[in-house]
Amino acid sequence: MTALDVASGVLLLAGSLFAVTGGIGLLRFPDFYTRTHAAGLMDAAGAVLILLGLLLLAPDLGSGVRLLLIAAFLLVTGPTATHALAHAARNDGVRVWAEREDKKR
Amino acid sequence: MSTFDLAEAVLLGILIVTAVAITRARSLFVAAMLGGLFSLVTASLFVLLDAVDVALTEAAVGAGISTVLFITALALTNSREATTPRRRVIPAGLVAVLATAGLVYASFDLPGVGDPDSPVQTHPITDTYLRESQEDLHVPNTVTGVLASYRGYDTLGEVVVIFTAGIGVLLLMLGPRRPADEVKDRAYLQTEYRVLRVVSKTLMPFILLFALYVLLHGEYSPGGGFQAGVIFGAGFILYTLMFGLAAVQRVLPMRTLVVLVAVGVLIYAGVGVATMALGGGFLDYNEFNPGNPSGGQVAGILLIEVGVGVTVAAVMVAMFYSLVRRGVRR
Repeated sequence: MTALDVASGVLLLAGSLFAVTGGIGLLRFPDFYTRTHAAGLMDAAGAVLILLGLLLLAPDLGSGVRLLLIAAFLLVTGPTATHALAHAARNDGVRVWAEREDKKR
Repeated sequence: MSTFDLAEAVLLGILIVTAVAITRARSLFVAAMLGGLFSLVTASLFVLLDAVDVALTEAAVGAGISTVLFITALALTNSREATTPRRRVIPAGLVAVLATAGLVYASFDLPGVGDPDSPVQTHPITDTYLRESQEDLHVPNTVTGVLASYRGYDTLGEVVVIFTAGIGVLLLMLGPRRPADEVKDRAYLQTEYRVLRVVSKTLMPFILLFALYVLLHGEYSPGGGFQAGVIFGAGFILYTLMFGLAAVQRVLPMRTLVVLVAVGVLIYAGVGVATMALGGGFLDYNEFNPGNPSGGQVAGILLIEVGVGVTVAAVMVAMFYSLVRRGVRR
């Protein structure tokens, strides 16, 4: 087991952790905006970390370049999609969650 | 249970849950989005089964363009599903259950995944396609070779189907334009989404470049005219969503699109006529380079893939334009 394998394992594990916490957050968070935040973490942090972990294991230059391109694409589109979702919800008048309101209900 | 089986079982599970959720969803917007998810999971299943060409098509058409077309169409109609009268639920449910039972019963006759004794594996044509295509065509991606050369007639038929469907939609949808005040309303919305506009504008050249890569590299890697056309169309649809119909029509007016819908089919059929003029049969690409038949094949396949791509892209964008022109019903 080389240092590269260890580094890749750490990145893969961190990515999976982000994916799992993002999934839990998506189910457990109280309102639309916080849930969007959890989902955003999944594609921005989770997927990109997993891709970087795979990049360290890439067998040849071609696969490495492809993985890098996918990671770059996800880094641009993921947060943009999250932003668009939140923005559209705001335009549509979705209320931001506050603890007081939650207790009243 | 191998990892493959596990992944397949999980994906099939998601597929079933999505399908049930679609039938339960009252809001048609939700149903359309779930339909996109359904296609994406199907595409993942195709990847698992090593059918990457089909997966690419499913992801681009099913998850991408159809979802956008559905949602644009929903903007023109009522977005709530009408409730089915109770007396019709039971007979409809009965039909659904019987049809499902029939399909499940028929599925027992299908060979298992990777079964070496299945007709697909034992029939001599498989060997012919996989081995001889490499010598006949020198096209590494056998799927492209089979679709574009051995089965060139079928693919021409498919392109004509897309052409006909596109013309049909255009004839139905090219009605009155949206009123001017709604255009202004939309322009206001567009200044709101600045991040989206910057990102989509930055991505636009890469999307079009990727479409060209999928088109021209289809002989070596998954892809070809259909997928490239859809990705190309998706680029223009994204631009229309962000910047409005007027902006994109300055680059690609409706009139040009309608011509392009026909031009693609003409390129494809023209290749066939050209090979006949050169003394061969219809779509007999060897005639392009009699000294080096496989070189002629590569040239012919590339030409017809361009034809396919032009028609598919033009039909997709034209359908989207014709829906957007009708405006939004509130």
